Amino acid sequence: MEELFDGLLNDHLGFVVWAALAFVILLILLAKFAWKPIMGAISERERSIEDALLKAEAAKEEMARLTNENEQLLKQARAERDLILSEARKLKDQIVNEAKTQANVEGARMIEQARLEINSQKAIALADVKNQVAALSVEIAEKLLRKELADQKAQDEMVADLLREVKIS
Amino acid sequence: MDFRHILNSKKTLLSVILGVFFTLTTCKTFAIQGEGSTTEAKNAEQEAFNPTTAILEHIGDSHYWHVGGETSIALPVILFTDKGTEFFSASEFHHGHEAHQGKYYTYKLVEEKIRVVNAAGEVDKEASKHIYDFSITKNVVALWIAGILLLVIFMSVAAAYRKRVGKAPKGLQSLVEPVIMFVRDEIARPNIGYRYERYMPILLTIFFFIWINNLLGLVPIFPGGANVTGNILMTFVLSFIVMLVVNFSANKYYWKHIFMPPVPVWLYPIMIPVELIGVISRPFALMIRLYANISAGHIIVLSLIALIFIFKTLFIAPVSIAFVLFMDVLELLVAFLQAFIFTMLTALFIGTAVEEHHH
Repeated sequence: MEELFDGLLNDHLGFVVWAALAFVILLILLAKFAWKPIMGAISERERSIEDALLKAEAAKEEMARLTNENEQLLKQARAERDLILSEARKLKDQIVNEAKTQANVEGARMIEQARLEINSQKAIALADVKNQVAALSVEIAEKLLRKELADQKAQDEMVADLLREVKIS
Repeated sequence: MDFRHILNSKKTLLSVILGVFFTLTTCKTFAIQGEGSTTEAKNAEQEAFNPTTAILEHIGDSHYWHVGGETSIALPVILFTDKGTEFFSASEFHHGHEAHQGKYYTYKLVEEKIRVVNAAGEVDKEASKHIYDFSITKNVVALWIAGILLLVIFMSVAAAYRKRVGKAPKGLQSLVEPVIMFVRDEIARPNIGYRYERYMPILLTIFFFIWINNLLGLVPIFPGGANVTGNILMTFVLSFIVMLVVNFSANKYYWKHIFMPPVPVWLYPIMIPVELIGVISRPFALMIRLYANISAGHIIVLSLIALIFIFKTLFIAPVSIAFVLFMDVLELLVAFLQAFIFTMLTALFIGTAVEEHHH
Protein backbone atom coordinates (compact mmCIF):
# COMPACT_ATOMS: atom_id res chain seq x y z
CA MET A 1 0.00 0.00 0.00
CA GLU A 2 2.77 2.35 0.98
CA GLU A 3 4.54 1.43 -2.19
CA LEU A 4 1.51 2.55 -4.18
CA PHE A 5 1.38 5.98 -2.64
CA ASP A 6 5.14 6.39 -2.62
CA GLY A 7 6.06 9.56 -4.41
CA LEU A 8 2.47 10.19 -5.50
CA LEU A 9 2.63 13.86 -4.65
CA ASN A 10 6.14 14.24 -6.05
CA ASP A 11 5.12 12.85 -9.42
CA HIS A 12 1.58 14.11 -9.79
CA LEU A 13 1.16 17.35 -7.87
CA GLY A 14 2.65 19.20 -10.83
CA PHE A 15 0.05 17.96 -13.28
CA VAL A 16 -2.77 18.64 -10.85
CA VAL A 17 -1.56 22.22 -10.42
CA TRP A 18 -1.08 22.72 -14.16
CA ALA A 19 -4.50 21.22 -14.92
CA ALA A 20 -6.27 23.26 -12.26
CA LEU A 21 -4.51 26.42 -13.41
CA ALA A 22 -5.31 25.77 -17.06
CA PHE A 23 -8.94 24.97 -16.32
CA VAL A 24 -9.49 27.95 -14.06
CA ILE A 25 -7.84 30.35 -16.52
CA LEU A 26 -9.89 28.82 -19.32
CA LEU A 27 -13.03 29.17 -17.24
CA ILE A 28 -12.34 32.83 -16.47
CA LEU A 29 -11.43 33.71 -20.06
CA LEU A 30 -14.36 31.84 -21.57
CA ALA A 31 -16.79 33.23 -19.00
CA LYS A 32 -15.66 36.78 -19.70
CA PHE A 33 -15.06 36.72 -23.43
CA ALA A 34 -17.31 33.94 -24.68
CA TRP A 35 -20.15 32.83 -22.44
CA LYS A 36 -21.19 36.26 -21.31
CA PRO A 37 -21.63 37.76 -24.81
CA ILE A 38 -22.98 34.51 -26.24
CA MET A 39 -25.58 33.90 -23.54
CA GLY A 40 -26.42 37.60 -23.53
CA ALA A 41 -26.94 37.60 -27.28
CA ILE A 42 -29.00 34.41 -27.19
CA SER A 43 -31.30 35.60 -24.44
CA GLU A 44 -31.53 39.02 -26.09
CA ARG A 45 -32.54 37.40 -29.36
CA GLU A 46 -35.01 35.12 -27.59
CA ARG A 47 -36.54 38.12 -25.91
CA SER A 48 -36.82 39.98 -29.21
CA ILE A 49 -38.37 36.92 -30.87
CA GLU A 50 -40.86 36.56 -28.04
CA ASP A 51 -41.55 40.27 -28.26
CA ALA A 52 -42.13 40.01 -32.00
CA LEU A 53 -44.44 37.04 -31.52
CA LEU A 54 -46.41 38.91 -28.89
CA LYS A 55 -46.61 41.92 -31.17
CA ALA A 56 -47.79 39.76 -34.04
CA GLU A 57 -50.43 38.26 -31.78
CA ALA A 58 -51.51 41.73 -30.70
CA ALA A 59 -51.61 42.87 -34.32
CA LYS A 60 -53.74 39.86 -35.19
CA GLU A 61 -56.11 40.68 -32.38
CA GLU A 62 -56.21 44.31 -33.45
CA MET A 63 -56.92 43.21 -37.00
CA ALA A 64 -59.72 40.94 -35.82
CA ARG A 65 -61.10 43.74 -33.72
CA LEU A 66 -60.97 46.14 -36.68
CA THR A 67 -62.63 43.62 -38.97
CA ASN A 68 -65.28 43.05 -36.38
CA GLU A 69 -65.76 46.74 -35.99
CA ASN A 70 -65.99 47.20 -39.74
CA GLU A 71 -68.53 44.45 -39.96
CA GLN A 72 -70.48 46.02 -37.16
CA LEU A 73 -70.32 49.36 -38.90
CA LEU A 74 -71.41 47.80 -42.17
CA LYS A 75 -74.28 46.05 -40.48
CA GLN A 76 -75.28 49.24 -38.77
CA ALA A 77 -75.05 51.16 -42.04
CA ARG A 78 -77.11 48.53 -43.78
CA ALA A 79 -79.74 48.66 -41.07
CA GLU A 80 -79.77 52.43 -41.27
CA ARG A 81 -80.13 52.29 -45.03
CA ASP A 82 -83.00 49.85 -44.70
CA LEU A 83 -84.61 52.07 -42.15
CA ILE A 84 -84.23 55.13 -44.35
CA LEU A 85 -85.54 53.25 -47.35
CA SER A 86 -88.54 51.94 -45.51
CA GLU A 87 -89.22 55.37 -44.10
CA ALA A 88 -88.99 56.86 -47.57
CA ARG A 89 -91.31 54.21 -48.88
CA LYS A 90 -93.75 54.95 -46.10
CA LEU A 91 -93.47 58.63 -46.77
CA LYS A 92 -94.03 58.07 -50.45
CA ASP A 93 -97.08 55.94 -49.77
CA GLN A 94 -98.36 58.55 -47.43
CA ILE A 95 -97.79 61.32 -49.95
CA VAL A 96 -99.38 59.31 -52.72
CA ASN A 97 -102.34 58.47 -50.52
CA GLU A 98 -102.68 62.03 -49.42
CA ALA A 99 -102.51 63.19 -53.01
CA LYS A 100 -105.06 60.62 -53.96
CA THR A 101 -107.47 61.67 -51.23
CA GLN A 102 -106.94 65.29 -52.04
CA ALA A 103 -107.53 64.60 -55.70
CA ASN A 104 -110.64 62.63 -54.87
CA VAL A 105 -111.91 65.38 -52.64
CA GLU A 106 -111.12 68.05 -55.22
CA GLY A 107 -112.71 66.00 -57.95
CA ALA A 108 -115.81 65.45 -55.91
CA ARG A 109 -115.97 69.11 -55.14
CA MET A 110 -115.56 70.05 -58.77
CA ILE A 111 -118.14 67.51 -59.82
CA GLU A 112 -120.51 68.90 -57.22
CA GLN A 113 -119.83 72.42 -58.40
CA ALA A 114 -120.38 71.35 -61.98
CA ARG A 115 -123.57 69.64 -60.99
CA LEU A 116 -124.75 72.75 -59.22
CA GLU A 117 -123.79 74.85 -62.16
CA ILE A 118 -125.54 72.47 -64.51
CA ASN A 119 -128.60 72.52 -62.28
CA SER A 120 -128.66 76.23 -62.06
CA GLN A 121 -128.09 76.55 -65.81
CA LYS A 122 -130.78 73.99 -66.30
CA ALA A 123 -133.12 75.95 -64.05
CA ILE A 124 -132.30 79.14 -65.89
CA ALA A 125 -132.85 77.42 -69.19
CA LEU A 126 -136.06 75.88 -67.97
CA ALA A 127 -137.27 79.22 -66.68
CA ASP A 128 -136.44 80.75 -70.00
CA VAL A 129 -138.25 77.97 -71.81
CA LYS A 130 -141.20 78.40 -69.46
CA ASN A 131 -141.26 82.06 -70.10
CA GLN A 132 -141.15 81.54 -73.82
CA VAL A 133 -143.79 78.83 -73.57
CA ALA A 134 -145.88 81.15 -71.43
CA ALA A 135 -145.42 84.02 -73.86
CA LEU A 136 -146.22 81.72 -76.74
CA SER A 137 -149.21 80.36 -74.89
CA VAL A 138 -150.40 83.80 -74.10
CA GLU A 139 -149.92 84.79 -77.70
CA ILE A 140 -151.73 81.71 -78.90
CA ALA A 141 -154.40 82.25 -76.33
CA GLU A 142 -154.73 85.88 -77.32
CA LYS A 143 -154.96 84.90 -80.96
CA LEU A 144 -157.47 82.18 -80.11
CA LEU A 145 -159.40 84.50 -77.87
CA ARG A 146 -159.36 87.17 -80.49
CA LYS A 147 -160.71 84.70 -82.96
CA GLU A 148 -163.23 83.22 -80.52
CA LEU A 149 -164.32 86.56 -79.24
CA ALA A 150 -164.75 88.15 -82.58
CA ASP A 151 -168.55 88.29 -82.05
CA GLN A 152 -170.58 89.52 -79.08
CA LYS A 153 -172.38 86.33 -78.46
CA ALA A 154 -169.30 84.31 -78.00
CA GLN A 155 -168.05 86.96 -75.62
CA ASP A 156 -171.13 86.71 -73.49
CA GLU A 157 -170.96 82.93 -73.38
CA MET A 158 -167.45 83.15 -72.36
CA VAL A 159 -168.10 85.53 -69.58
CA ALA A 160 -170.98 83.39 -68.41
CA ASP A 161 -168.73 80.29 -68.38
CA LEU A 162 -166.08 82.06 -66.42
CA LEU A 163 -168.60 83.26 -63.93
CA ARG A 164 -169.87 79.79 -63.60
CA GLU A 165 -166.54 78.52 -62.91
CA VAL A 166 -166.04 81.22 -60.26
CA LYS A 167 -169.31 80.29 -58.61
CA ILE A 168 -168.34 76.71 -58.44
CA SER A 169 -165.11 77.40 -56.83
CA MET B 1 -10.68 39.67 -28.89
CA ASP B 2 -11.70 38.65 -32.37
CA PHE B 3 -10.43 35.31 -33.68
CA ARG B 4 -12.89 35.04 -36.56
CA HIS B 5 -10.38 35.93 -39.16
CA ILE B 6 -8.10 33.08 -38.04
CA LEU B 7 -10.75 30.50 -38.83
CA ASN B 8 -12.04 32.29 -41.88
CA SER B 9 -8.78 32.94 -43.65
CA LYS B 10 -7.54 30.09 -45.83
CA LYS B 11 -4.14 31.72 -45.99
CA THR B 12 -3.67 31.60 -42.23
CA LEU B 13 -4.94 28.05 -42.10
CA LEU B 14 -2.44 27.03 -44.78
CA SER B 15 0.43 28.70 -43.00
CA VAL B 16 -0.56 27.05 -39.72
CA ILE B 17 -0.57 23.65 -41.40
CA LEU B 18 2.77 24.33 -43.04
CA GLY B 19 4.16 25.60 -39.76
CA VAL B 20 3.09 22.44 -37.95
CA PHE B 21 4.56 20.35 -40.76
CA PHE B 22 7.93 22.08 -40.62
CA THR B 23 8.01 21.84 -36.85
CA LEU B 24 7.42 18.12 -37.15
CA THR B 25 10.13 17.64 -39.75
CA THR B 26 12.65 19.55 -37.69
CA CYS B 27 11.64 17.54 -34.67
CA LYS B 28 12.14 14.38 -36.69
CA THR B 29 15.70 15.20 -37.56
CA PHE B 30 16.28 16.24 -34.01
CA ALA B 31 14.71 13.06 -32.72
CA ILE B 32 16.70 10.87 -35.06
CA GLN B 33 19.86 12.50 -33.84
CA GLY B 34 18.82 11.87 -30.30
CA GLU B 35 17.62 8.38 -31.01
CA GLY B 36 21.12 6.94 -30.89
CA SER B 37 22.58 4.18 -32.97
CA THR B 38 20.60 2.02 -35.35
CA THR B 39 21.62 -1.11 -33.52
CA GLU B 40 19.86 0.18 -30.47
CA ALA B 41 16.69 0.63 -32.47
CA LYS B 42 17.09 -2.87 -33.83
CA ASN B 43 17.43 -4.24 -30.34
CA ALA B 44 14.27 -2.45 -29.33
CA GLU B 45 12.47 -3.97 -32.29
CA GLN B 46 13.58 -7.43 -31.35
CA GLU B 47 12.29 -6.94 -27.83
CA ALA B 48 9.19 -9.05 -27.18
CA PHE B 49 6.01 -7.02 -27.66
CA ASN B 50 4.24 -6.55 -24.38
CA PRO B 51 0.71 -5.25 -25.03
CA THR B 52 0.05 -4.23 -21.43
CA THR B 53 3.08 -1.97 -21.22
CA ALA B 54 2.48 -0.58 -24.68
CA ILE B 55 -1.15 0.25 -23.96
CA LEU B 56 -0.49 1.73 -20.54
CA GLU B 57 2.31 3.79 -22.05
CA HIS B 58 -0.14 5.13 -24.62
CA ILE B 59 -2.86 6.10 -22.21
CA GLY B 60 -0.46 7.42 -19.58
CA ASP B 61 1.25 10.76 -19.32
CA SER B 62 4.73 11.23 -20.74
CA HIS B 63 7.64 13.63 -20.96
CA TYR B 64 7.69 13.00 -24.72
CA TRP B 65 5.03 13.40 -27.33
CA HIS B 66 5.32 10.65 -29.86
CA VAL B 67 4.34 12.03 -33.26
CA GLY B 68 4.93 9.06 -35.51
CA GLY B 69 7.66 6.67 -36.55
CA GLU B 70 10.63 7.25 -34.33
CA THR B 71 9.85 10.91 -34.01
CA SER B 72 8.87 12.33 -30.70
CA ILE B 73 8.89 15.81 -29.29
CA ALA B 74 10.88 16.13 -26.09
CA LEU B 75 8.94 18.31 -23.68
CA PRO B 76 10.44 20.64 -21.07
CA VAL B 77 11.11 19.29 -17.59
CA ILE B 78 10.55 21.58 -14.63
CA LEU B 79 11.52 20.31 -11.20
CA PHE B 80 10.96 22.03 -7.88
CA THR B 81 13.59 20.63 -5.57
CA ASP B 82 14.41 21.53 -2.01
CA LYS B 83 17.50 23.31 -3.35
CA GLY B 84 15.91 25.22 -6.21
CA THR B 85 14.21 24.95 -9.56
CA GLU B 86 15.56 22.77 -12.36
CA PHE B 87 14.67 23.40 -15.99
CA PHE B 88 15.86 21.25 -18.90
CA SER B 89 14.56 19.34 -21.91
CA ALA B 90 13.37 15.77 -21.59
CA SER B 91 15.63 14.93 -24.54
CA GLU B 92 18.42 14.86 -21.93
CA PHE B 93 17.00 11.58 -20.67
CA HIS B 94 17.28 9.89 -24.09
CA HIS B 95 13.99 8.07 -23.45
CA GLY B 96 15.10 6.92 -20.06
CA HIS B 97 18.37 5.44 -21.25
CA GLU B 98 20.57 8.07 -19.70
CA ALA B 99 20.66 10.05 -16.50
CA HIS B 100 20.81 13.83 -16.62
CA GLN B 101 23.21 15.72 -14.42
CA GLY B 102 21.19 18.67 -13.19
CA LYS B 103 22.24 21.65 -11.10
CA TYR B 104 21.39 19.99 -7.80
CA TYR B 105 20.88 16.27 -8.38
CA THR B 106 21.29 13.66 -11.09
CA TYR B 107 17.94 12.62 -12.54
CA LYS B 108 16.76 9.57 -14.43
CA LEU B 109 13.45 8.59 -15.99
CA VAL B 110 12.14 5.44 -14.32
CA GLU B 111 8.84 4.30 -15.89
CA GLU B 112 8.11 7.88 -17.02
CA LYS B 113 8.73 9.16 -13.49
CA ILE B 114 11.67 11.34 -12.59
CA ARG B 115 13.86 9.91 -9.86
CA VAL B 116 17.08 11.08 -8.29
CA VAL B 117 19.97 8.68 -8.83
CA ASN B 118 23.21 8.50 -6.93
CA ALA B 119 26.68 8.27 -8.40
CA ALA B 120 26.31 4.52 -8.88
CA GLY B 121 23.19 5.04 -10.99
CA GLU B 122 20.80 3.62 -8.39
CA VAL B 123 17.55 5.34 -7.45
CA ASP B 124 17.88 7.41 -4.31
CA LYS B 125 14.42 7.17 -2.72
CA GLU B 126 15.08 9.65 0.07
CA ALA B 127 16.35 12.36 -2.26
CA SER B 128 13.51 11.66 -4.72
CA LYS B 129 11.07 12.74 -2.04
CA HIS B 130 12.45 16.28 -2.22
CA ILE B 131 11.70 16.84 -5.89
CA TYR B 132 8.35 17.84 -7.27
CA ASP B 133 7.77 17.21 -10.95
CA PHE B 134 6.12 20.27 -12.51
CA SER B 135 7.12 19.31 -16.06
CA ILE B 136 5.15 20.40 -19.07
CA THR B 137 4.12 16.87 -19.93
CA LYS B 138 2.17 15.57 -22.92
CA ASN B 139 -1.10 15.94 -21.05
CA VAL B 140 -0.31 19.50 -20.03
CA VAL B 141 0.45 20.44 -23.64
CA ALA B 142 -2.71 18.65 -24.79
CA LEU B 143 -4.61 20.60 -22.17
CA TRP B 144 -3.21 23.86 -23.50
CA ILE B 145 -4.02 22.90 -27.07
CA ALA B 146 -7.58 22.07 -26.08
CA GLY B 147 -7.81 25.32 -24.13
CA ILE B 148 -6.51 27.42 -27.01
CA LEU B 149 -8.86 25.62 -29.40
CA LEU B 150 -11.79 26.34 -27.10
CA LEU B 151 -10.79 29.99 -26.75
CA VAL B 152 -10.39 30.43 -30.51
CA ILE B 153 -13.69 28.69 -31.28
CA PHE B 154 -15.81 30.41 -28.68
CA MET B 155 -14.29 33.87 -28.98
CA SER B 156 -14.93 33.78 -32.71
CA VAL B 157 -18.46 32.61 -32.01
CA ALA B 158 -18.88 35.40 -29.46
CA ALA B 159 -17.60 37.88 -32.06
CA ALA B 160 -20.14 36.50 -34.52
CA TYR B 161 -22.86 37.06 -31.93
CA ARG B 162 -21.73 40.64 -31.42
CA LYS B 163 -21.59 41.21 -35.15
CA ARG B 164 -24.92 39.63 -35.98
CA VAL B 165 -27.10 40.96 -33.19
CA GLY B 166 -30.66 39.72 -33.47
CA LYS B 167 -29.97 37.74 -36.63
CA ALA B 168 -30.06 34.00 -37.24
CA PRO B 169 -26.79 32.20 -36.44
CA LYS B 170 -24.42 31.47 -39.29
CA GLY B 171 -21.45 29.17 -39.88
CA LEU B 172 -19.58 28.03 -36.78
CA GLN B 173 -22.04 29.98 -34.70
CA SER B 174 -24.94 27.84 -35.91
CA LEU B 175 -22.90 24.70 -35.23
CA VAL B 176 -22.21 25.71 -31.65
CA GLU B 177 -25.49 27.35 -30.73
CA PRO B 178 -27.64 24.19 -30.60
CA VAL B 179 -25.10 22.62 -28.23
CA ILE B 180 -25.12 25.70 -25.99
CA MET B 181 -28.91 25.65 -26.08
CA PHE B 182 -28.81 21.95 -25.24
CA VAL B 183 -26.65 22.62 -22.19
CA ARG B 184 -28.96 25.43 -21.14
CA ASP B 185 -32.33 23.82 -21.82
CA GLU B 186 -31.64 20.15 -21.13
CA ILE B 187 -28.95 20.34 -18.46
CA ALA B 188 -28.98 23.62 -16.55
CA ARG B 189 -32.64 24.64 -16.49
CA PRO B 190 -34.31 21.36 -15.48
CA ASN B 191 -31.73 20.57 -12.80
CA ILE B 192 -30.91 23.94 -11.27
CA GLY B 193 -34.12 25.86 -11.74
CA TYR B 194 -34.55 29.55 -12.19
CA ARG B 195 -31.07 30.35 -10.81
CA TYR B 196 -29.39 28.48 -13.66
CA GLU B 197 -27.87 31.59 -15.27
CA ARG B 198 -25.20 31.95 -12.57
CA TYR B 199 -23.91 28.46 -13.30
CA MET B 200 -24.00 28.55 -17.11
CA PRO B 201 -20.29 29.56 -17.46
CA ILE B 202 -19.00 26.67 -15.35
CA LEU B 203 -21.38 24.16 -16.93
CA LEU B 204 -20.56 25.26 -20.48
CA THR B 205 -16.84 25.28 -19.76
CA ILE B 206 -16.93 21.82 -18.21
CA PHE B 207 -19.07 20.46 -21.03
CA PHE B 208 -16.99 21.79 -23.91
CA PHE B 209 -13.70 21.17 -22.12
CA ILE B 210 -14.52 17.49 -21.57
CA TRP B 211 -16.01 17.09 -25.02
CA ILE B 212 -13.14 18.63 -26.93
CA ASN B 213 -10.57 16.72 -24.87
CA ASN B 214 -12.47 13.48 -25.45
CA LEU B 215 -12.55 14.16 -29.17
CA LEU B 216 -8.88 15.17 -29.32
CA GLY B 217 -8.08 11.98 -27.44
CA LEU B 218 -9.68 9.99 -30.24
CA VAL B 219 -7.47 11.56 -32.89
CA PRO B 220 -4.57 9.11 -33.20
CA ILE B 221 -2.03 11.61 -34.56
CA PHE B 222 -0.43 14.77 -33.16
CA PRO B 223 -1.84 17.08 -31.75
CA GLY B 224 -4.49 14.63 -30.63
CA GLY B 225 -4.02 11.30 -29.01
CA ALA B 226 -3.28 12.49 -25.50
CA ASN B 227 -5.50 10.88 -22.92
CA VAL B 228 -6.39 14.04 -20.98
CA THR B 229 -9.91 13.25 -19.81
CA GLY B 230 -8.92 9.61 -19.32
CA ASN B 231 -6.34 10.78 -16.82
CA ILE B 232 -7.57 10.38 -13.26
CA LEU B 233 -5.67 13.48 -12.16
CA MET B 234 -7.51 15.60 -14.72
CA THR B 235 -10.87 14.15 -13.71
CA PHE B 236 -9.85 14.69 -10.08
CA VAL B 237 -9.23 18.38 -10.78
CA LEU B 238 -12.54 18.71 -12.59
CA SER B 239 -14.58 16.96 -9.91
CA PHE B 240 -12.74 18.84 -7.17
CA ILE B 241 -13.76 22.13 -8.82
CA VAL B 242 -17.31 20.79 -9.10
CA MET B 243 -17.24 19.89 -5.39
CA LEU B 244 -16.06 23.39 -4.51
CA VAL B 245 -18.73 25.02 -6.68
CA VAL B 246 -21.48 22.80 -5.26
CA ASN B 247 -20.53 23.32 -1.63
CA PHE B 248 -19.87 27.04 -1.94
CA SER B 249 -23.21 27.64 -3.59
CA ALA B 250 -25.09 25.45 -1.09
CA ASN B 251 -27.81 27.16 0.94
CA LYS B 252 -28.88 26.58 4.54
CA TYR B 253 -31.37 23.86 3.59
CA TYR B 254 -28.55 21.79 2.11
CA TRP B 255 -26.41 22.11 5.23
CA LYS B 256 -29.42 21.53 7.45
CA HIS B 257 -30.11 18.33 5.56
CA ILE B 258 -26.55 17.19 6.23
CA PHE B 259 -26.13 18.19 9.88
CA MET B 260 -29.76 18.04 11.04
CA PRO B 261 -31.36 15.40 8.85
CA PRO B 262 -35.07 14.75 9.45
CA VAL B 263 -34.47 11.55 11.43
CA PRO B 264 -34.59 10.75 15.18
CA VAL B 265 -31.66 12.24 17.06
CA TRP B 266 -30.20 8.86 18.06
CA LEU B 267 -29.63 8.16 14.35
CA TYR B 268 -27.44 11.25 13.97
CA PRO B 269 -24.15 9.43 14.67
CA ILE B 270 -24.92 7.28 11.64
CA MET B 271 -26.66 9.78 9.41
CA ILE B 272 -24.24 12.68 9.64
CA PRO B 273 -21.18 10.65 8.59
CA VAL B 274 -23.24 9.10 5.79
CA GLU B 275 -24.28 12.53 4.56
CA LEU B 276 -20.71 13.80 4.81
CA ILE B 277 -19.49 10.81 2.82
CA GLY B 278 -22.19 11.72 0.29
CA VAL B 279 -20.63 15.16 -0.11
CA ILE B 280 -17.33 13.52 -1.10
CA SER B 281 -18.65 10.46 -2.89
CA ARG B 282 -20.69 12.32 -5.49
CA PRO B 283 -17.73 14.19 -7.03
CA PHE B 284 -15.66 11.04 -6.46
CA ALA B 285 -18.11 9.11 -8.64
CA LEU B 286 -17.81 11.85 -11.29
CA MET B 287 -14.04 11.51 -11.23
CA ILE B 288 -14.06 7.72 -11.56
CA ARG B 289 -16.81 7.63 -14.19
CA LEU B 290 -15.13 9.97 -16.65
CA TYR B 291 -11.67 8.49 -16.10
CA ALA B 292 -12.87 4.90 -16.44
CA ASN B 293 -15.04 5.50 -19.50
CA ILE B 294 -12.46 7.36 -21.51
CA SER B 295 -9.56 5.14 -20.47
CA ALA B 296 -11.60 2.03 -21.24
CA GLY B 297 -12.33 3.32 -24.73
CA HIS B 298 -8.65 4.03 -25.35
CA ILE B 299 -7.64 0.64 -23.96
CA ILE B 300 -10.11 -1.21 -26.20
CA VAL B 301 -8.95 0.63 -29.31
CA LEU B 302 -5.28 0.07 -28.43
CA SER B 303 -5.92 -3.60 -27.62
CA LEU B 304 -7.52 -4.12 -31.00
CA ILE B 305 -4.49 -2.52 -32.65
CA ALA B 306 -2.19 -4.59 -30.42
CA LEU B 307 -3.77 -7.76 -31.85
CA ILE B 308 -1.84 -7.13 -35.06
CA PHE B 309 1.45 -7.16 -33.14
CA ILE B 310 0.48 -10.09 -30.95
CA PHE B 311 -0.41 -12.30 -33.92
CA LYS B 312 2.51 -10.84 -35.88
CA THR B 313 0.55 -11.07 -39.11
CA LEU B 314 -0.84 -8.47 -41.44
CA PHE B 315 -3.93 -10.57 -42.13
CA ILE B 316 -5.41 -9.74 -38.77
CA ALA B 317 -5.18 -6.04 -39.64
CA PRO B 318 -8.48 -5.77 -41.58
CA VAL B 319 -10.31 -7.34 -38.65
CA SER B 320 -8.58 -5.04 -36.19
CA ILE B 321 -9.21 -1.98 -38.32
CA ALA B 322 -12.88 -2.87 -38.71
CA PHE B 323 -13.29 -3.24 -34.98
CA VAL B 324 -11.28 -0.11 -34.28
CA LEU B 325 -13.46 1.82 -36.70
CA PHE B 326 -16.53 0.54 -34.93
CA MET B 327 -15.05 1.43 -31.54
CA ASP B 328 -14.04 4.88 -32.73
CA VAL B 329 -17.55 5.61 -33.89
CA LEU B 330 -18.83 4.36 -30.56
CA GLU B 331 -16.24 6.51 -28.79
CA LEU B 332 -17.48 9.55 -30.69
CA LEU B 333 -20.81 8.93 -29.03
CA VAL B 334 -19.17 8.23 -25.67
CA ALA B 335 -17.14 11.44 -25.97
CA PHE B 336 -20.36 13.43 -26.14
CA LEU B 337 -22.19 11.23 -23.67
CA GLN B 338 -19.54 11.49 -20.96
CA ALA B 339 -19.33 15.26 -21.37
CA PHE B 340 -23.10 15.35 -21.11
CA ILE B 341 -23.27 13.06 -18.06
CA PHE B 342 -20.52 14.93 -16.22
CA THR B 343 -22.21 18.28 -16.86
CA MET B 344 -25.64 16.85 -16.13
CA LEU B 345 -24.57 15.46 -12.74
CA THR B 346 -22.75 18.69 -11.94
CA ALA B 347 -25.96 20.59 -12.65
CA LEU B 348 -27.91 18.06 -10.57
CA PHE B 349 -25.57 18.47 -7.58
CA ILE B 350 -25.71 22.25 -7.87
CA GLY B 351 -29.49 21.93 -8.13
CA THR B 352 -29.74 19.97 -4.88
CA ALA B 353 -27.41 22.44 -3.19
CA VAL B 354 -29.38 25.54 -4.16
CA GLU B 355 -32.83 23.98 -3.94
CA GLU B 356 -35.19 25.77 -1.60
CA HIS B 357 -37.50 23.76 0.60
CA HIS B 358 -40.79 25.27 1.58
CA HIS B 359 -42.15 23.25 4.46
